[in-house]
Amino acid sequence: MNFSLILNIALNLIRARMKQSAIAATGVTFGIAMFIALVSFMNGLNNLLDGLMLNRTPHVRMYNEIKPSAQQPITLSDKYSKSSNFISSIKPKDRGKEIYNSKSIIAALKKDPRIVDVAPKVTAPVFFNAGTIEITGVVNGIDVPAEEHLFSVSSYIIDGNVFDLASVPNTIIIGKGLSEKMLVKIGDVIQITTLRGGLVSLKIVGISQIGIAEVDNTMSYTSLETAQMILGESAGYITDIQVKLTDVALAPAAAKEYKARFSIDAIDAQTANSQFETGSKVRSIISYAVGITLLIVAGFGIYNILNMMIYEKMDSIAILKATGFSGSDVKWIFISLALIIGIAGGLFGLLAGFTLSKIIGIIPFETASLPTIKTYPVDYKIAYYLIGITFAIGTTAIAGLLPALKASRIDPVEIIRGK
Amino acid sequence: MTSPNVLETKKINKYFHDPVKFQVLSDITFSITHGEFVSVVGKSGCGKSTLLYILSTMDTDYEGELFINGETLANESDKDLAEIRNEYIGFVFQFHYLLNEYNVLKNVMIPGIKLAKYSLQEIEHRAMEHLRTLDMHTQALKSPNQLSGGQKQRVAIARALINDPLIVMGDEPTGNLDKKNSDMVFDIFNSIVQEKKQTMLIVTHDPDFARRTHRIIEMADGKIISETKTSEQGRS
Repeated sequence: MNFSLILNIALNLIRARMKQSAIAATGVTFGIAMFIALVSFMNGLNNLLDGLMLNRTPHVRMYNEIKPSAQQPITLSDKYSKSSNFISSIKPKDRGKEIYNSKSIIAALKKDPRIVDVAPKVTAPVFFNAGTIEITGVVNGIDVPAEEHLFSVSSYIIDGNVFDLASVPNTIIIGKGLSEKMLVKIGDVIQITTLRGGLVSLKIVGISQIGIAEVDNTMSYTSLETAQMILGESAGYITDIQVKLTDVALAPAAAKEYKARFSIDAIDAQTANSQFETGSKVRSIISYAVGITLLIVAGFGIYNILNMMIYEKMDSIAILKATGFSGSDVKWIFISLALIIGIAGGLFGLLAGFTLSKIIGIIPFETASLPTIKTYPVDYKIAYYLIGITFAIGTTAIAGLLPALKASRIDPVEIIRGK
Repeated sequence: MTSPNVLETKKINKYFHDPVKFQVLSDITFSITHGEFVSVVGKSGCGKSTLLYILSTMDTDYEGELFINGETLANESDKDLAEIRNEYIGFVFQFHYLLNEYNVLKNVMIPGIKLAKYSLQEIEHRAMEHLRTLDMHTQALKSPNQLSGGQKQRVAIARALINDPLIVMGDEPTGNLDKKNSDMVFDIFNSIVQEKKQTMLIVTHDPDFARRTHRIIEMADGKIISETKTSEQGRS
């Protein structure tokens, strides 16, 4: 088949009907541009919101849950093994919050190939003293390099440096809400009371803000050693082991495995943040649905113009067939015509979509809850552009196929004799 | 020429089914030899155009056998028939059917480009030569809708000749033209027959035109009623 000739004829047909072709292509351009802008923006938002929660939560967190013993003494007794028993008012057993044998657990975890890194943590409820008022809060004792590697804590520190925690003893970083309540700033010394009554003075080396008021009003960070010192515990005292996996999808299985292996409580990110997952998914589905609808509408536009063109060009089709073009040649003329419109419209659409995304990306978006965000978040992923152009070509090919088949079946005799 | 018969039919029958079954052609058997200039005449509705479209391979809904260059066309696909039309048959219709999207030269070239037997430059050169013999070379770069009726028909003739077809078929090629232009078209056909030994089969209403061809096939009611060799035929 002589493709360059077929392409040439298709191009000339388009040139003869430039205006309609341009309008049909504009439909595709608009569809693709909106699709890309919408998907980029929606995913930018998704990533932001996911990042807010998911990136800050470990994929698997191991800790000691306060709960009743699974085996009550009576079930262990041989004497009553064949009887039923009813116990009322069971109280949870205090096993302490400390994870036993934490060092060997961490050492074992670090050998697991699925794991990116492990970060031990000590959390303890405390009171912050502001004059005579006591504000309830939480101290997180963190292993600064590991925590930074896994959760990039530094991006939430709006003032000061997170590594000062590790280098200077008896230091603390407090949430912005806390600092505003207590009217303190970097360099000030605050006093903390533990639940057991111990009193500790710590120097503020930073202010953090993650954008969730509830957290910013209570959260504070110290180094692991400082936290152990506040609580009066030994150097091995750990309450949480946080794990980041290579793929978050592995988390539920890994959590189950660690639970059994280390006889410890483990929760995966999916369970801990299930509502976020659902939200992200629904937003993605909506943006894809809207984008694809736009493209289908554009497809109808192309279908229309091709049908019109075929009706107008009956004579040309007849003479092409009379002079040696087969039905399949004619079919390819109109399919390539549709594809030219689709590809041209699609490429402009990619450009317009990118421009639109850029414009969205510079619109100021400042909100108290998201301090690190200054403009609307946009996700510039090449995949959206590939999906966009694939859909543009796909819909135009389908939209072009029906009219093209119709053109290929035109009987030249009928048209020539009809004159 | 391996086969003296450029075109041959054996007992061709054709029916129209709409609105009622009706026989348009019955037992058409004839042949055309190389270099002949044949005209088909008859009243409106006698089936002469229908016959031409069967011979042109565009209409495949018939009974009987059709041979072009000695080969039967019974089992050819749509694609093969298109190739046969492209290479062996040149058409001139009552209406010129030029593509307004292209200039005159390109219109003549398209069937040649489709055949792709020669390079593009070669095809362009040949198209130019054909236009020159038809005295249309000065109009080569004009758009078809800038030409007069007679000029358009000359371009259509050049297009029919571009691939050196075995046979040129005409469906009332002078039907839309005045006397002067009709004479001109006949003269062109005649000179092509004389100079290039081009075989021609022309369906016409015009008795003057028919009289000047080598052989007249007269049809009535779907049958060939007479074949007359005219005095002007120079050879057998």
